[in-house]
Amino acid sequence: MSADLSADPISDGRIARRFASLKAEGRAGLITFITAGDPDAATGQALLDGLPAAGADLIELGMPFTDPMADGPAIQASSLRALAGGMSVRRTLELVRGFRTKDADTPIILMGYYNPIDSYGVDRFLADAKAAGVDGLIVVDLPPEEDDELCIPALKAGVSFVRLTTPTTDDQRLPAVLTNNSGFIYYVSIAGITGTASAANTAVDAAVARLKRHTALPVAVGFGIKTPAQAAEVARVADAAVVGSAIVTRLADGLDAGGKVRPGTVEDVLGFVRELAGGVRGARG
Amino acid sequence: MTIPNSYRSGPDERGHFGVYGGRFVAETLMPLILDVEKAYREARADPAFEGEMRQQLKQYVGRPNPLYYAERLTQHLGGAKIYFKREELNHTGAHKINNCIGQILLARRMGKTRIIAETGAGQHGVATATVCALYDMPCVIYMGETDIARQAPNVFRMKLLGAEVRAVTSGAKTLKDAMNEALRDWVTNVADTFYIIGTAAGPHPYPTIVRDFQSIIGDEVRSQMQELEGRLPDSLIACVGGGSNAIGLFHPFLDEPTVKMVGVEAAGRGIDKGPLDHAASINGGRPGVLHGNRTYLLQDEDGQILEGHSISAGLDYPGVGPEHSWLHDSGRVEYSAATDAEALEAFQLCARTEGIIPALESAHGLAEVIKRAPTLPKDHLMVLCLSGRGDKDIFSVAQHLGVSL
Repeated sequence: MSADLSADPISDGRIARRFASLKAEGRAGLITFITAGDPDAATGQALLDGLPAAGADLIELGMPFTDPMADGPAIQASSLRALAGGMSVRRTLELVRGFRTKDADTPIILMGYYNPIDSYGVDRFLADAKAAGVDGLIVVDLPPEEDDELCIPALKAGVSFVRLTTPTTDDQRLPAVLTNNSGFIYYVSIAGITGTASAANTAVDAAVARLKRHTALPVAVGFGIKTPAQAAEVARVADAAVVGSAIVTRLADGLDAGGKVRPGTVEDVLGFVRELAGGVRGARG
Repeated sequence: MTIPNSYRSGPDERGHFGVYGGRFVAETLMPLILDVEKAYREARADPAFEGEMRQQLKQYVGRPNPLYYAERLTQHLGGAKIYFKREELNHTGAHKINNCIGQILLARRMGKTRIIAETGAGQHGVATATVCALYDMPCVIYMGETDIARQAPNVFRMKLLGAEVRAVTSGAKTLKDAMNEALRDWVTNVADTFYIIGTAAGPHPYPTIVRDFQSIIGDEVRSQMQELEGRLPDSLIACVGGGSNAIGLFHPFLDEPTVKMVGVEAAGRGIDKGPLDHAASINGGRPGVLHGNRTYLLQDEDGQILEGHSISAGLDYPGVGPEHSWLHDSGRVEYSAATDAEALEAFQLCARTEGIIPALESAHGLAEVIKRAPTLPKDHLMVLCLSGRGDKDIFSVAQHLGVSL
């Protein structure tokens, strides 16, 4: 294996700094996912702004898309709520800009599908995302085979491109998946969609150990983590635990029949994030 | 500008037809997609695979089906000499079975034990359920709830054939959502499941696989026309949703410069009526990325996918096969569109003049024939792909004509 496989092409950004400080603290991080502007821009901004104080170490911000093929019902529904609330690529970047006026350190990784970015225009998107304070991208439907589309331009623009690795990524394929990966490795612990089954702990342990043999980048584990206890299990072996559907579901539970946010919902969701953070922070204690 | 020396050499090794196509799928599926590609290449090189497929197409599907001179329609329109390629006479009543026979043999060759598919009008679902019954494999068909309501006979057919029909309630509950749901199933059951995609779209190598299996349509037309008229046809016409029957008819003729080709999209209530009133991805959309490939799509200015409308459930997909996008940009094939009203009129005309009730999808192609044939000389040989029969559509046609059954 060549040395550059494990090097982070963007070694001086917020993501690298955050993982370095987590390492110094001797704990894993909590990565929280919410969909931008679910169910409306104001709620989306309030939630986003509240996440760091609630214990989110990194933030994945979902860019809503009509056809989220890799997502389960919770995130699909949240995407459609956000779109119905008027969310767009431009407004997602506005949320990030708003966040950056209050928080200069917490990394934000935009997660979504390629078509809205392609439609916005790759170069313009990267320039605007960088200027808004976006640190990385996770684009589900861009495997290494399509790196020329966005991954290479993103790295050139100084925006990390975080790849998903999965149980189906075998040893033969892994080097290709790790090439051009930047920021951290996102290990999808199940073959499936978001928010459904949870992986067995032993399988996660083995998978993280295998990835660590191939890369020096931090390894985050996600898909199917629903409770503080599950987050703690993952945080024992991985550099970060990703929770998405459970948070999004908590938000959905706080909406009224018309889809409007009930009073106290944002606080409730942030309270849940605090519980998750407690699990992650206590994992290696 | 580079003029390709062949229109039939695509795609390249990464699945691109010009800028279209590609493999835009989640990492979980990539290893499997690469496996499918490898298995397909090996299968095509194996005479045993080809032999079994040919045997089934002959004995089970009933191929070759006729290239039929539509004499009364020709007289009625008073111009070009019109032939129908009778795909509606295939077992299961449409061209979809051609591809399903090929893909299930590929699935078996790969050792897969479970089949999934998406369906819009239900023709591909029926064809898939049929080959699963034939080869004794469990089968799950994803179908939008909206389509289930308007294609009840096909839903029942699939169930009779032993398939499980899963209603898709996400999104707009039509074909694109059925495809999303099938992809979600595939990601989850990647080890044992083969996804039989029904149209010439999706991630590479699917557009190529479907095209190759459907090219038997054009291959037969070529030899049948040679036998009947001693020459090549002058024009080929086929409806285009995803575009599998069209690419199957066109592909063997792409390098014959004298053969004119027209793909007919669904104009719904009219392309100029608004973005939600039609399903014409090429005529009324713009390029983007969905369901594994770059191609023309119905989308808004933010890149969100729009729901197409067509009277035909088989044409209201918001995308089109990537090879069609390339053939459009290169100018080799012309893409026109027919409205719901034009298709309904063609549907009735075909029934009365030829005694053939066509599928509403095929009626879109026929609407184009009705527009063009009268302007052409009597020695112009025009071939319409009559891709499916219309039994499944009689209820919705009756409804549109204000008849209660």
